[in-house]
Amino acid sequence: MTIMMDTGNRIAAKAAIMAKPEVVAAYPITPQTTLVEAIAEYVARGEYKGEYICVESEHSAMAACIGASAAGSRTFTATSSHGLLLMHEMLHWAALARLPVVMCNINRVIGPGWNIWVDENDSISQRDTGWIQFYCSSNQEIFDTVIQAFKLAEHEKVVLPVMVNLNAFILSHTSLPAEIPKQSTVDEFLGKYVAQWKLDIDNPTTFGNIIGPEYYVDVRRAMHEAQQHAKKLIPQIANEWKKSSGFYHGGLLEYYKCEGAEHIILSMGAMGAECKVAIDELQKAGQKVGLARVRVFRPFPVEEIITLGNQADLIVIDRNISIGSEGALFNETKAALYGESGAKATGFIAGLGGKDVTYKDIVTMYMKALTHKPREQQWYGMEG
Amino acid sequence: MALKDFPVDECLLQGNAACPGCPATIGLRLVLKALGKKTIMVVPACCTAVIESLYPFTSFDVPVMNIAFEAAAAGASGVEAALRMQGRSDITVIAWAGDGGTYDIGIQALSGALERNTNFIYICYNNQIYSNTGIQRSGATPYAAWTTTTVEGKTEFRKEMGEIILAHHIPYVAQTCISYPEDVFGKIQKAKSIKGPKYVEILAPCPPGWRFSMDKTVEMGRLAVETGAWSLWECENDVMSFNGKSKLILEKKIERKPVEEWIKYQGRFSHLYKPERDEKRLKAIEEHIDLLWERYRKCYGKTEGSTPSSVK
Repeated sequence: MTIMMDTGNRIAAKAAIMAKPEVVAAYPITPQTTLVEAIAEYVARGEYKGEYICVESEHSAMAACIGASAAGSRTFTATSSHGLLLMHEMLHWAALARLPVVMCNINRVIGPGWNIWVDENDSISQRDTGWIQFYCSSNQEIFDTVIQAFKLAEHEKVVLPVMVNLNAFILSHTSLPAEIPKQSTVDEFLGKYVAQWKLDIDNPTTFGNIIGPEYYVDVRRAMHEAQQHAKKLIPQIANEWKKSSGFYHGGLLEYYKCEGAEHIILSMGAMGAECKVAIDELQKAGQKVGLARVRVFRPFPVEEIITLGNQADLIVIDRNISIGSEGALFNETKAALYGESGAKATGFIAGLGGKDVTYKDIVTMYMKALTHKPREQQWYGMEG
Repeated sequence: MALKDFPVDECLLQGNAACPGCPATIGLRLVLKALGKKTIMVVPACCTAVIESLYPFTSFDVPVMNIAFEAAAAGASGVEAALRMQGRSDITVIAWAGDGGTYDIGIQALSGALERNTNFIYICYNNQIYSNTGIQRSGATPYAAWTTTTVEGKTEFRKEMGEIILAHHIPYVAQTCISYPEDVFGKIQKAKSIKGPKYVEILAPCPPGWRFSMDKTVEMGRLAVETGAWSLWECENDVMSFNGKSKLILEKKIERKPVEEWIKYQGRFSHLYKPERDEKRLKAIEEHIDLLWERYRKCYGKTEGSTPSSVK
């Protein structure tokens, strides 16, 4: 095992290369660029021996991954923000075609106006595509999650694409140490990729032709069931990786000092890590508050959130907004609780457009939330 | 190869869902006879997605991957890269797309795949309309042709896709037509034998789209060539040559027939004759074809083997 002190993007690239995909297809976009540049360096040094297709758009990046995956190869790509949005059609396609493509998405603001900082609206707006979605909070977690993503995506009971999200700049461009296991550890953990289905001249099959409603509904239902299987498998795979590498970042959620908590903060991404500092401060001051960092947004951890609701009131901080509704995590948390728990759920929209959210802000939000009415969501940190 | 010597094996099976008189099925049969069973097809949204028939059935005896409208060339890039990694150089990857998926929505992915030197054959079967969606105009629709979105006839001339592809300077580019089976077969076989990106465009006269009788498909293709509204040519490593009747027209060994010999059979041009002859537009069509051939002669005609890139 070695320690790699590097940015989230470069550590993500390291993990992707160590998973040995046969095909990588990618298109550059800030702030994902250093990730695809790192892959190009692995190619130049002969450390990556797969095909690296520098396509002419993100739409083609995903289409090429779809083609490669359908031909039976492990595939990887990375994008961000507008790139992810351009892929939207092909995200649905990859999931409906049941192709275990793995992708890193660097969460970045959507324009106009142009803004390259962190915001989770890009990936949140892809939540209905059938992709499994992870949100990371450290570079170590990025490495470990990318490796686990391949295992999960390719599992015979899942066979769905997986998106590993990391926040722009806070993670993508920030150097943090990550322990990198030996190549043999990754090889053993993932095993050789065997496609569940592929284009095969010895067994010629037509994939994706016209399908009537009587079969289409089965396709959708099978995808949904695969996500339910993923719910069970994500904690199992996380534990297996813990045995292999020693690292564990939680299953569907990461719980931090929740014991005895009367309030639990729910958040995602790097803000989830910042929350830990706030929890420490608040507990020092005698507040009974803990953190549940949502690592997996799809499949949504409904049962786990009900359990939290049966213990404490929930304060949800969203770095996204479904315009005309509310923050996605807040919205879905309340939906999970409905009829199952009487917990008070309140929320904040914070940090949009890359606005900094420090532990002090989180402490302030917590204090404000204590006086919130149930179901109330406020905007935090407005300039006026 | 002579028609009688074509392989008897069929990879496009009977009972497919094509319209009677469909030119795409003629093209598919010829292409798959030329390529054989070690072929993987990538098909975007187009009539062929219907010809494949309804799940759980298929009319193809080669693996087919359907993909989104604009994504055929990119999807094929992925298939080809994966096969290369798996050491399967024995398999030919083709993208099979209509003119809408090629001239319009798919042109970016196509240009990208050609520029990246993808080892595949991109085949455009060109019926000059969005036929699968019900006959709307495309970049390949000729001037004055009726479609459901050009109710009084298209006001623009079609683009020269073949020449756009030539500008990529790939190893092999060809235009052909379903009415000339030996020409189609030979060009696809040649494309198969060459490494790198290949582009073959096949004119495919569509009975419901062009509004002609379904027993006239082959004749409509022949007339398109004989009138010079379409041309047969190939360009191998930047060496251009016209073929068949098109070669004779280029070299002025025969006169091209007046374009009306072709359009008078097609209901999509019938408004040019009713209530009276539309001399202005008929003349414009004829003149446009003359200009096209003048340019062909200037660019490619002087000596066999002049390179498109070297001509001013």
